[in-house]
Amino acid sequence: MITPKPAHLQPRYDVVVVGGGPAGLAAAVGARESGAERVLVIDREPEAGGILQQCIHPGFGLHHFGEELTGPEYAQRAIEQTVEREVDVLSSAYVLDVASDRRLKVTSRDHGVAYLDAGAVVLAMGARERTRGAIRIPGERPAGVMTAGFAQKLVNLGGMLPGRRAVILGSGDIGLIMARRLVLEGVEVEGVYELMPHANGLNRNIVQCLHDYDIPLHLSTTVVRIDGRERVERVTVAPVDASYRPDMTKARDIPCDTLLVSIGLIPDNELAHRLGLRLDPVTTGPVVTSTMETTRDGVFACGNVVHIHDLVDYVSQESMLAGRGAGAYAIGTPTPPDNVRLTPGENVRYCVPPTITTDREHTVYMRVTKPMAPCTLHLGDVYKRPLRYVFPGEMVTLKVRPRFLEGFHGGSLPVSIVPREEGGSA
Amino acid sequence: MSDDRQDADREAAADREMVGARVDNDANVSHYLCIGCPLGCRLEVEEEQGEIVEIRGQSCKKGEVFARQEHTDPRRVVTTTVAVAGGLWPRLPVKTEGDVPKAAIIDVCRMLHGLRLEAPVTIGQVIAADVLGTGVDVVASRDLPRA
Repeated sequence: MITPKPAHLQPRYDVVVVGGGPAGLAAAVGARESGAERVLVIDREPEAGGILQQCIHPGFGLHHFGEELTGPEYAQRAIEQTVEREVDVLSSAYVLDVASDRRLKVTSRDHGVAYLDAGAVVLAMGARERTRGAIRIPGERPAGVMTAGFAQKLVNLGGMLPGRRAVILGSGDIGLIMARRLVLEGVEVEGVYELMPHANGLNRNIVQCLHDYDIPLHLSTTVVRIDGRERVERVTVAPVDASYRPDMTKARDIPCDTLLVSIGLIPDNELAHRLGLRLDPVTTGPVVTSTMETTRDGVFACGNVVHIHDLVDYVSQESMLAGRGAGAYAIGTPTPPDNVRLTPGENVRYCVPPTITTDREHTVYMRVTKPMAPCTLHLGDVYKRPLRYVFPGEMVTLKVRPRFLEGFHGGSLPVSIVPREEGGSA
Repeated sequence: MSDDRQDADREAAADREMVGARVDNDANVSHYLCIGCPLGCRLEVEEEQGEIVEIRGQSCKKGEVFARQEHTDPRRVVTTTVAVAGGLWPRLPVKTEGDVPKAAIIDVCRMLHGLRLEAPVTIGQVIAADVLGTGVDVVASRDLPRA
């Protein structure tokens, strides 16, 4: 599915969305629904859909579309929603700069360098994978060391294999999915190595990607060296102690030609930096309001640019909201300012959005620092909810309804998640 | 070392022992890791004369249903790619429209890897009907227009 290309770029759009992945596509839909007429999505790939196009496995869409889809199926539906709403998509294009007056400098295959003015801008560039350099693995610098997501693109879109015998560092879901993917393509996967004492991916992926194919998962173990002249020839792994220091006396060499690293994502915020947006030190994404507006008027942000999500469904929902906010801003509909600040308390790393209003319902996403089960979520002393469990790898969502905040006239509300005794009252 | 840390380490030790669904020394008990939620309950299925007599370790109904299914008839949806000429990309993502027996996964992939398609392809198009006699069709996961 390729969206029709705009024959001519308009000099001005109501809303310009930077990034055509699930976040950008949903933001464009939200912008149209709020009344914005001319909406443009700019994407660097030859087609929209983002990383979903290479995520060929199922597991997407249960919340947003009400059925389980593969990544490409989810992408196609998201693209169709923008086509139905006459959103323009400029593909094979790149936004070089956004000025504070929301003039964008864009370069594209079809139109060269162009300047566009936007009534509102939505930043939806997603995230990048952390690389070998981010964790400074010592050794040589041969070919064959790459991120799991890049290997996924090579295999699933390019029809190329990264190598013949692979080691995977990191037990995040992308690493686990790629372990299975490589085995099904005839590549030998020696094992998955994880620095932490627990796996980072979903249990479903541990079972269906590793156990199903007898791929061993080595916890509390990391790669301490990479060797090879032209191509990876071997990696060295060693167990780590409680402070994550490798025990080199127990190091062991593994002959292989490929090392995939699956060690986390970081929001892609080049443009946010250029715009001088205030960034949250915890999420490293822009600080946003309850309409997903950044600290710059008329500039909104959503998806993995703001914080790393574990489900694309939540990306779509958050991004619809950002798009509606951007559309409302562009056509001059005022939105009431936020008057409640949510401050992370015990076992809460961050809340997005960090501020809300008392006049309407808000969905607040948060991440915890440590596992707890069972536990209770407290919103100041105005609301509490029992939870069966929380895990750092699974975002907690809370719908804050206006009735929770009746009689609360604004100010700070601490959000905390505390242990609950089994059988005791919440 | 905090209690949390020790708990995590104990869990890790349990994880290391847990290499797939397998039968332990007591020949009548099989072990499974529940995939229903992040709790990851360690499930045990006890069998006598080919009949399940007890399922243990679950903290909700999902675990019991999962353990029974995994023990008696493990099935999976299979996704892979098929070679395609003349398209935007050289590979087409495909999926089995329903789940197939776990034991058939590798053969299904081998069979699909032998196919050569021509673009354009439409989402939902049947790529392999009743694949390997499983009664399940393999279908395209996306439209793939001509390049």
